[in-house]
Amino acid sequence: MGGLMAIYRKELGDYFSSYRFVILFALIAMVSFITSYIAAISLRESIAQDAMRGRFLFLMLFSTEGARFSMIQFVAFFGPLIGLFLGFDAINRERAHGTLVKVVSQPIYRDAVINGKFLAGVTVIIVMIVAIVLVITGFGLTLLGVVPEVEEILRMAVYVVISIFYISFWLGVSILFSILFRSTATSALASVAAWILLSFVVFFGASAVANAVAPVDQRGGVDMEALMRNVRITENVSLFSPMVLYMNSTATIVDPSVKTTKSFILQGPWEQILSARFQNPLSLGQSLVVVIPYLISLVAITFICFAVSYTVFMVQEIRM
Amino acid sequence: MTEAESIITTIGLTKRYGRQNAVDSLSFQVRDGEIFGFLGPNGAGKSTTLLMLLGLTRPTEGSALVCGLNPQRRAMEIKRMVGYLPENVGYYGDMDAVQTLEFIADLNGIARKEAGDKIRDVLELVGLGENGRKKVGAYSRGMKQRLGIAEVLIKDPKVLFLDEPTLGLDPDGAIRLIELVQSLNRERGITVLLSSHHLHQVQKISHRVGIMIRGKMMAEGTIDTLAREKFGLGDEKYTLEEIYMKYFQEE
Repeated sequence: MGGLMAIYRKELGDYFSSYRFVILFALIAMVSFITSYIAAISLRESIAQDAMRGRFLFLMLFSTEGARFSMIQFVAFFGPLIGLFLGFDAINRERAHGTLVKVVSQPIYRDAVINGKFLAGVTVIIVMIVAIVLVITGFGLTLLGVVPEVEEILRMAVYVVISIFYISFWLGVSILFSILFRSTATSALASVAAWILLSFVVFFGASAVANAVAPVDQRGGVDMEALMRNVRITENVSLFSPMVLYMNSTATIVDPSVKTTKSFILQGPWEQILSARFQNPLSLGQSLVVVIPYLISLVAITFICFAVSYTVFMVQEIRM
Repeated sequence: MTEAESIITTIGLTKRYGRQNAVDSLSFQVRDGEIFGFLGPNGAGKSTTLLMLLGLTRPTEGSALVCGLNPQRRAMEIKRMVGYLPENVGYYGDMDAVQTLEFIADLNGIARKEAGDKIRDVLELVGLGENGRKKVGAYSRGMKQRLGIAEVLIKDPKVLFLDEPTLGLDPDGAIRLIELVQSLNRERGITVLLSSHHLHQVQKISHRVGIMIRGKMMAEGTIDTLAREKFGLGDEKYTLEEIYMKYFQEE
């Protein structure tokens, strides 16, 4: 344990005193500031026109698409970059500088190195996310004059936890690449490539795959069977993207009026009737029930990714 | 061979990378309290041997005992007693010497209070007392190597593994470093396993030497013994350099 804490303390100190952290934080603070400001402005207009119902106004600060982007979408798209930037040179920089051998020749277990680095990265992620959410909260309080309800606070807390896992997954990915590749430039590039592949290619490519596997023939009228199969394949393929998992699992949490993550065409008749009839928001518990599969998958891939890094690091020759 | 107590013993230690033997059934001993000059050309397998002795690399065959412990099973205890200065060791350039040593002390589980005094002592000992607050990135190579010695001394080691500590040092720096090693051996009774290409310096301070070529220990013993073995019972004094070259050419 001693070794783990020593590594953790050092890594944390390194992060907080690095330019990398300052730049990342400034960038994210700026974007979140802008998105929430625009969201607040448009929300204020809606309130003035009385188009809004009173509840969950506060959550909308995060989920309203002011100008193309809501805060939540922003985290879904670019949050991974935080994880990648924090971890892409975790191990190979120490290898290149000849400090790794020195550290592991101290009386510590080898896994203390990777555990300490991962935990320090996660801590930085937690600090960033919490800080940003708090900043937006304070901002919203002054701009909108609404005080969050208890449930809204709880929902935000759940959202923060999900986001931490999501970004930690990408931290795990980048640490894995920093173990696999000797050069920090290569691991940075590989991390970004993985991010683009899993976030965008899978996301946008899902419908292409579905069209190839289960084409919908529009000529002889609409074949509902084929259409449903197509949509189902699209959704299943896109689940390979952690971004989709994240968006699905936060969808009902941040917006209580969302009752399902299925697309309309895949909903059964009862589901369609129910969601048309009952406009009331879901309770937090029910929202969680809807997204729990995505949530578990997200947590699972985070752990799997870290486990792979861990294993590779433990069996690798220390001098490689 | 076993008149003095041996602190490192290897029996048939072998490390294969693919089909190549980096270390080839190596058997040698280092005795308690001596300076053992561990010689050989680059790539002879010296560093690999040291890694195996610390339990950082798993031997393909054979076994070793360090301070009576098996490195594969009890690496933690060994690493607590053995200070290892790797070849081409790196430093965190944005830390100063005191911060570096604090980190190392932390890794060794030394309490903060205790560490402060210790750090001052070892910095004084290696002659960096005045540069403790200078960033390591601005250190000269000689200063870095002396900081490396300070790092391994923090844990009060019984044994030191010094892998090419004089590499890239100017003659003055090398001599001062070697003298430092000698004084550590004399005053604190630390056993030293020293690998270096500065044969002249090694000859001055080593009690015994071992010559390793292509993964094999070609010779082991005092310099006089080796001279007698290679050159017969001559009166003339042979230097370590001559002996080394003789072994090297024969191989």
